Amino acid sequence: MVCCAMLRDMKSFRYVLLVALGVTLVSCDKPVDSGAEVSTLHRGLSIDPESVDPHKSRSVQAAEVLRDIGEGLLSYSASGELVGGVAKEWTVSEDGLTYTFDLRDDARWSNGDAVTAEDFAFSFRRLADPDTAAFYAEMLGSIVNVRAIIAGEKAPQDIGVEAVDGRTLVITLDQPTPYLLSLLTSPSTFPVHPGSIAQHGDAFTRPGNLLSNGAYKLDAWEPGSVLRLSRNDYYWNNDETAIDAVNHHVLTQEMAELNRYRAGEIHVTGSVPPDSLQQIRSERPAELHIAPYLGVYYYGFNLTKPPFKGNPQLRAALSMAVDRDVLVEQITGRGEEPAYSWVPPGVDNYEPRRLSYADMSQDERNAHARRLIKEAGYGPDNPLQIELRYNTSDTQQRMALAIQAMWKEALGVETTLINEEFQVLLANTQAREVTQVFRSSWIGDYNDAHTFLNIMEAGNPANQPAYASEEYDSLMQRAAQQVDLDRRRLWLEEAERVLLADHPVIPLYFYVSKHLVSPEVVGWGDNVLDYHYSQHLSLVDH
Amino acid sequence: MLRYALLRLLGAIPTLLLVIVLAFLMVHAAPGGPFDDERTLPPEIEANIARAYHLDEPLPAQFVRYLSGVLRGDLGPSYRYRDHTVSELIGNAFPLSLKLGAMAMLMALLIGIAAGSFAALRRNSAVDRLTMALSMTGISVPVFVIAPVMVLLFAVKLQWLPAGWSGNEGIARFVLPVISLALPQIAYIAKLTRASMIDVLASNFVRTARGQGLGAYAVIRYHALKPAMLPILSYMGPAIAAILTGSVVVEEVFGVPGLGQFFVRGALNRDYTLVLGIVIFYATLIVLLNLVVDILYGVIDPRIRQR
Repeated sequence: MVCCAMLRDMKSFRYVLLVALGVTLVSCDKPVDSGAEVSTLHRGLSIDPESVDPHKSRSVQAAEVLRDIGEGLLSYSASGELVGGVAKEWTVSEDGLTYTFDLRDDARWSNGDAVTAEDFAFSFRRLADPDTAAFYAEMLGSIVNVRAIIAGEKAPQDIGVEAVDGRTLVITLDQPTPYLLSLLTSPSTFPVHPGSIAQHGDAFTRPGNLLSNGAYKLDAWEPGSVLRLSRNDYYWNNDETAIDAVNHHVLTQEMAELNRYRAGEIHVTGSVPPDSLQQIRSERPAELHIAPYLGVYYYGFNLTKPPFKGNPQLRAALSMAVDRDVLVEQITGRGEEPAYSWVPPGVDNYEPRRLSYADMSQDERNAHARRLIKEAGYGPDNPLQIELRYNTSDTQQRMALAIQAMWKEALGVETTLINEEFQVLLANTQAREVTQVFRSSWIGDYNDAHTFLNIMEAGNPANQPAYASEEYDSLMQRAAQQVDLDRRRLWLEEAERVLLADHPVIPLYFYVSKHLVSPEVVGWGDNVLDYHYSQHLSLVDH
Repeated sequence: MLRYALLRLLGAIPTLLLVIVLAFLMVHAAPGGPFDDERTLPPEIEANIARAYHLDEPLPAQFVRYLSGVLRGDLGPSYRYRDHTVSELIGNAFPLSLKLGAMAMLMALLIGIAAGSFAALRRNSAVDRLTMALSMTGISVPVFVIAPVMVLLFAVKLQWLPAGWSGNEGIARFVLPVISLALPQIAYIAKLTRASMIDVLASNFVRTARGQGLGAYAVIRYHALKPAMLPILSYMGPAIAAILTGSVVVEEVFGVPGLGQFFVRGALNRDYTLVLGIVIFYATLIVLLNLVVDILYGVIDPRIRQR
């Protein structure tokens, strides 16, 4: 063939080819020496963590990795119960303002150093320190002086956290915070090793420098590709950790992740592409895990401008006319629950309130909605014309189209759909200049209704609609003062009822977590926070 | 000669500066910032973050700060990959993208030229028509269709090759990405070679050679191949560009941590430093390559040097 002829005679060309082949062969990696039997779990992660510094990260994905390499005062068991992490015991004072934690004697960093109360005190100071610029500094906002420290009015030393001795930590609050224990499972509250930071500065997060107090330590991080973790032999519960090594593979495309799962290259996926659900349900139903998740998808109203400002009937009408069953069955189809509440189901010690029309048929709701919109002054000769903004994505678009059609059919509303890139939508939603109805969502930070209800307090930065109700705020205040959990629950539930009746938002559906879990993995427990610690899992050959 | 090179190099500096200024302005003009998120932060925390990353300074001050860093060789920390510097990310990603691109280009040239020459020789036969039909398919079907299909076939169904990049070792994981990247180029080069080869084969000196009794393959080898390569050479520029842009899709599909992927992520995340760093890198590369080409012209044609 011509090609071979070329090869035979053109010396220079042969040279080039040889060099190219040589470069290729030399540069490819040698196969890994598997050596002794090391069990390795391969998990899919949808994006790189921002950082493995617990104070410099904020994403759900970062938290997933951090939960493997770190541990806070508290943690969750394999069955989803709140248990001691580094703290083995704790007491709470009568007034709910003082927490005393007894740390384990055998809690260690991956270099053998003991994990001390001072490590935690240092870390909480660092979390609140404005120079750290931690995203979740506010998480411990109810600790004495934290808010002032964040604002630069007090020094980090003034924080209401004290290491009484090497094993005893005392936290003082300025208001009762029943969900504090849940907060203390969050990676933002994980300790950092003070000596490490003193020695390496910002480079303390480098694999090799980074010290872990969790079940695993970070061996390597190839950005955009994989994070490799291996067993931390000094972890206090190391005997119960079955899996020796964990690889978090960064797979940004859901389809690509699914293919890798199908090829047997990963054991657990971080997500499941919606278009493949049918096929997966028929192919491998036992491996598909779909469970309720603490998140709500909603359309918000811009309450600072007409037509929705001061017009609760109009808002109610639009909310009623949405057939949520159609949305979750036809459009998302992943087993989500239609949302007739603001707080998702499954939250500890809480029964969500429901919209008044939750149990009506859609026809009944439409009839009511028509009446309301007429009272608001709109009709066939004066149709309501509004803009609906959402971020560019297939699912969002289908959702918007469906709702546009529902509003048109039931109420004669003319909706203009505007899709925007995600960051642009965020900026517009915050500015509140051009938005009327906008798509948004909220994911809970901890397992308590407060994480959903508090964002609707006036002035909260996540209060996208700019909802401001004195009644709501005062109910939330009353709840915040309650030490008794049952009384507190009643105030919170009442607040939710007020919120729902005011319709600052249209809750559409509650999120679900979705994973494919290989039959080789044992110990996977679905839970509402979607926390899956690798140390609770084990691998079996099947 | 040296003077010529130095002069051209000096001339490149204002170009680079202009690129940096424009890129800086464009990146900051896009709505949204590197720390925006649905979980909006309290204003005090936003202020702390802005201060830590100097985003609260006026734009010219930020620019001066950034430029002085660049001149010292410091492209800054990535705003999104906070544990890594931009130089580090580019340093890891570029060689990978280069490797993939070079292998794809090599494959495209070898197979494309061979296929095109073969088709030219067997002009209008069934083989010719088949080759050209395949080429047409290769050109028309987008990379983001071909790549996943190949993964499904070779990795999932047949299990001959790995489905992704991370966690796998050896040359096997290069195969599918390189083929995906090379396929459209093979198609183009085959078509180009065929057309060009047909022209050359019709010329007088070829007919003379054939008349003297030289076999078909010898004719191509000794007489026709080199002149027929001219259009391919001109196509190299666009081909490299196509491979650079095509690599973004291939990198996404296979999870290869190459430069294309980081560029796109950086833009979507409003990761100012990463995007700027990659722009500067590419700009410098292109300027240097142009310089090398210019110098080569100067070497080949002395008349240019004297201008």
